[in-house]
Amino acid sequence: MTAKKRVFGNLSGTEIKDVYGPQDIQDLDHARDLGSPGDYPFTRGVYPTMYRRRLWTMRQFAGFGAAEETNRRYHYLLKHGNTGLSVAFDMPTLMGYDSDLPKSKGEVGRCGVAVDSLADMETLFRGIPLDQVSVSMTINGPAIVLFAMYLVAAERQGVDFEKLRGTLQNDILKEYIAQKEWICPPAPALKLINDTIRFCVESVPHYHPISISGYHIREAGSTAVQELAFTLYDGLTYVGSGIETGLKVDDFAPRLSFFFNAHNDFFEEIAKYRAARRLWATEMKRRFSPRDPASLALRFHSQTAGCTLTAQQPHNNIIRVTLQALAAVLGGTQSLHTNSLDETLALPSEEAVKIALRTQQIIAHESGVPNTIDPLGGSYYVEWLTNRMEAEAKAYFDKLDETGGMARAIELGFPQSEIHRAAMAYQKEVESGERIIVGVNAYAEREGRPVKILKIKPDVERRQILRLKERKKRRSAKRVTGALEWLTRAAEQDEYLMPPILEAVRAEATIGEICGVVRRVYGEYRETAAV
Amino acid sequence: MAKKPRVLIAKIGLDGHDRGVKIVARALRDGGIEVIYLGIHNTPEEIVSAAMQEDVDAIGLSVHSAAHMTLFKEVLRLLRQRRATGMVLFGGGIIPEEDIRALKKLGAKEIFTPGRPRQEIIEFVKSLSGSRRQKTKRPASR
Repeated sequence: MTAKKRVFGNLSGTEIKDVYGPQDIQDLDHARDLGSPGDYPFTRGVYPTMYRRRLWTMRQFAGFGAAEETNRRYHYLLKHGNTGLSVAFDMPTLMGYDSDLPKSKGEVGRCGVAVDSLADMETLFRGIPLDQVSVSMTINGPAIVLFAMYLVAAERQGVDFEKLRGTLQNDILKEYIAQKEWICPPAPALKLINDTIRFCVESVPHYHPISISGYHIREAGSTAVQELAFTLYDGLTYVGSGIETGLKVDDFAPRLSFFFNAHNDFFEEIAKYRAARRLWATEMKRRFSPRDPASLALRFHSQTAGCTLTAQQPHNNIIRVTLQALAAVLGGTQSLHTNSLDETLALPSEEAVKIALRTQQIIAHESGVPNTIDPLGGSYYVEWLTNRMEAEAKAYFDKLDETGGMARAIELGFPQSEIHRAAMAYQKEVESGERIIVGVNAYAEREGRPVKILKIKPDVERRQILRLKERKKRRSAKRVTGALEWLTRAAEQDEYLMPPILEAVRAEATIGEICGVVRRVYGEYRETAAV
Repeated sequence: MAKKPRVLIAKIGLDGHDRGVKIVARALRDGGIEVIYLGIHNTPEEIVSAAMQEDVDAIGLSVHSAAHMTLFKEVLRLLRQRRATGMVLFGGGIIPEEDIRALKKLGAKEIFTPGRPRQEIIEFVKSLSGSRRQKTKRPASR
């Protein structure tokens, strides 16, 4: 044994004691702080039955190449038991650019699927009945455009909007904070979000117009507490913004959903999900007094932490993902993506993604974990940690309130610098060996044969550009111009933008053309580079 | 001649994953290297123009969008076109082994993937100082 005293700390830097007992949760009041599953404050889960009635949705995030290649992957995933779809778009699509723009060169179909116009969206869901499969779309800056494309694709399948289920990520605040794919500045970006929320409230009742995401904040290096605090505060910001534009809280709050990371520290993650539910319920009640209890319930998707995967000894990643996924399930997730073992190298191969999906299926069907709700509820340690994380997140809320809200805090670079600091600290811990990463700074070995990775066909960009040109030739230029003019006028006068965007999509205007109008009218967002 | 090396660090292309690049930029600066950090969303043209203007010894680029082959190739082409072949190009990100070999063949000096300690990158950049001036004297070596 070394003489140096070891400090046990979790990923948020909280010191962990040797053992926890009743004295650590003395003030815990069962009815007030926990409640039954499905009841306020929802600490134990948002539904009274949880996985006993229905398992979480196994929703693997996927997209690469052109729409037909991704469509084949979707059919493959569904065939192997995936129960929901999740679209990964390529960089040009995420930024609202067409594939034939100079800026898009080299990026088309590389880290997601290229979608330029309605036809691509239709191909993406070919043979997939949109009234039966829920679809989540990771798209933010241009979310309103991709949402319109999805709606029109459904319409052309003969599916009523009332039957659509799924989620639009549509969370621009975390883009400024962490992920950094955007079009315009915060104020108009929030307006676009409010327009999609309004459309869902009026016409797509089962669709989640926004998925308030901590995932990317965490991947950018935040601690679990920061992820919890910034994400929930973003959520409160969207609710406030929706109410300001005239929406009633109970009309849209029940349709909000969240998206959290499932990182390495097992109990910290479980406590995070439990704290998130309680904190959301209590803060929503305090700040907005909704009448509908559903407005207080925090539903969430989770994804295992990409940043914890290692390129070294990649098969170890299967074990990491298993533990992370188990934490998400014990924390009561509504849907889950499990990462593939090869994702530090490239987008996942079919074989790797199947193992990732099988991991969920083994947890669901073999482990016995879904048999009872919130099995760790009442654990001295988990309850203490839940309380502690809630309190630390609240301290961030106070700070953000004092700053004047999230938009102002982003302008000041507050969440960004908090995250950067945490990322630096984590890196130092790993490099000093204080935090062990198996196969990287301990138990390292000469690397064996590399795993077989997915190859994106080199001609994908050329083919996509060709297709885009063809389609532009075939459409009615007059109708496109008319729709874009309508959109310009509506944007200039700050009107409701869903109708002109739907018309533009039906006219087969491209994402670049539609977002071009948004850029011209509202301006582009640029970040000041700082380290 | 203990000239402080100057290096331009940036994200190239459309991806905004800047956790790694910011850690590297910061580590280099703390390691006594002069860092010009250009931030995210830079085109190859913007990178090369800034590098020439700032007269750096090296350019370090981060790519997580799998567009590295095209983007690095373009930067190298622009460097050749402007006769700045003495400027060293290196990078990092989510880049598979096979592509690392290809990038090195094209002229990238080193690619750092996740898990490489910051100190290695600092030492790599420090090893470059001085070597550049010699190289630029032989512009004919295309």
